Amino acid sequence: MQNQTVIRNHPAKKSGMSKKAKDHLVAYSFIAPNFIGFAVFTLVPMVFALILAFVKWDGANPMEYVGMNNFIRLWKDPTFHKALWNTMIYTVGVVPLTMVCALGLAILLNQKIFGRNFMRTVFFFPYVASLVAVAAVWNFIFSPTMGPVNNILHALTGVPIEELPRWAADKDWAMFTVVLFTVWKNMGYYMVIYLAGLQGVNPELYEAAELDGANAWQRFRNVTIPQLAPTTFFVLMILVINSFKVYDIFINLFAGADNQLNDSTRVLVYQIYNTAFRSLDYGYASAMAIVLFLIVLGITLVQFQGEKKYGQ
Amino acid sequence: MVGANKGIQIAAKAFAYVVLIIVVLCMLVPYLWMLSSSLKLNKDVFTFPMQWIPELPRWSNYQEIWTRIPLGTFIYNTAKLSIIVTVLQILTSSFAAYAFSKLNFTGKKTLFLGYIATIAIPWQAYMVPQFIMMRSMGLNNTHLAIILLQAFSAFGVFLMRQFYQSIPDELCEAARIDGLSEYGIWARIMLPLSKPALSTLTIFTFVSTWNDFLGPMIYLTKTELKTIQIGLRMFISQYSAEYGLIMAASVVSIIPVLVVFLALQKYFVQGVASSGIKG
Repeated sequence: MQNQTVIRNHPAKKSGMSKKAKDHLVAYSFIAPNFIGFAVFTLVPMVFALILAFVKWDGANPMEYVGMNNFIRLWKDPTFHKALWNTMIYTVGVVPLTMVCALGLAILLNQKIFGRNFMRTVFFFPYVASLVAVAAVWNFIFSPTMGPVNNILHALTGVPIEELPRWAADKDWAMFTVVLFTVWKNMGYYMVIYLAGLQGVNPELYEAAELDGANAWQRFRNVTIPQLAPTTFFVLMILVINSFKVYDIFINLFAGADNQLNDSTRVLVYQIYNTAFRSLDYGYASAMAIVLFLIVLGITLVQFQGEKKYGQ
Repeated sequence: MVGANKGIQIAAKAFAYVVLIIVVLCMLVPYLWMLSSSLKLNKDVFTFPMQWIPELPRWSNYQEIWTRIPLGTFIYNTAKLSIIVTVLQILTSSFAAYAFSKLNFTGKKTLFLGYIATIAIPWQAYMVPQFIMMRSMGLNNTHLAIILLQAFSAFGVFLMRQFYQSIPDELCEAARIDGLSEYGIWARIMLPLSKPALSTLTIFTFVSTWNDFLGPMIYLTKTELKTIQIGLRMFISQYSAEYGLIMAASVVSIIPVLVVFLALQKYFVQGVASSGIKG
């Protein structure tokens, strides 16, 4: 391939600067608006978070360096353990259910189906709909005595309403309710990612499998699943990370007028929020935040390894 | 044999339709219930069996909510924030992405890696120091705080750069030879070509700002500054038994997102698909 090099003969600009310096200046001017905002409002707080984790501070009195004390406190703090535990239970519930539903729907929608686009829109919409509004509807529908769900269950099974689960108001059923709600709300987003993955599968692979006499299940087992491995991996990571960051779903599904959560529904970010903005214990809250960061970092590193393995 | 296969195929299709229709119903019913309840008296919301279409639809619910809470103010605040954040996000992200994908400069790789690294850091992990910083700047209880913390994202730069990479460099070279400045290339060539990516970023940013809960909850404690999410939550806490009104306010809070979503959804679905996975 010759004639590829483009010869640029710009007349030398009449200025004291070299061409290279000028180019650099232009490039930096493109980056500056975003970078300055990003550096000041994101990078600086990130560094500040690291410092805060090692001090004791209520925002008014002078800061006091306490070394690893905040982390030692975390290690012994049953409230924090419970919050971490609740977050993990939630994650273990949400992740597999969402993946199965999203993949199943993506496979069904990947065929020639009448009303495909309409369905895709319907499945996706809860993901962008305002959480406060949909949480309110769920709370009404799952309302223990008045709600249609328990009334329908009562009509179908004959079990007295008093004996049916009290869903969000019931500490044994609260986690189940929030998992169900999360899957309902976010499934469509992951379905779209899976749909994209499915469109990327080479159709010749299916044809070859069919020629070899593979039935539908074998084709799914030996073509679809392996081909979707990178997508599945990506979805898994995003799901786990998002589950660990959860806060607003819990506040909107469980908190009363006081915006407080009880022992069975307190999650990690709620704990950070409360420690910082209600107890004004900024250092301790930052130590919790560092734990959240380390968890997410761990998951991200696993993802990097995985991507190497699947050779994206 | 062939006949049996045909039969299986038809059965499989039928099964697919049944499952899909059930899921569509599960997805839609809560919204229909919301809509139906928003037109009822409180005492009629929970009548069982359900009355999907109220006998006397109470449109007055939709008039009353504006007087019960400053819903107009909430919507105005949210729209203002969402639009400003989205415009800033699109401008600064596409501007920076142009340098990252089409220009050469010292430290380009390092800087970009730094950007990418921060995408993985959850905002919740540094929201506390960020708040302390904003407060010391006197930005607590200002809309500016929300704008500043949402308008400059590494994600936006990443998304736009992904798209710009697919635009051939020769196009820019040709424009340079024609004497167009770099800013001219960005404005006249890159921006018009990147409609799909811009639509995606617009929806992502608009929807996430419109629906943001934790940010406004931390920064905006004065009622006249609150956004629709926080306002609606406040209303639900205060008037927990006003079922009809709560549902009417919920419908109102969803409509703007629905409009933006339907208008741009074609690009959005493409964008979601391409932002995650590089095929």
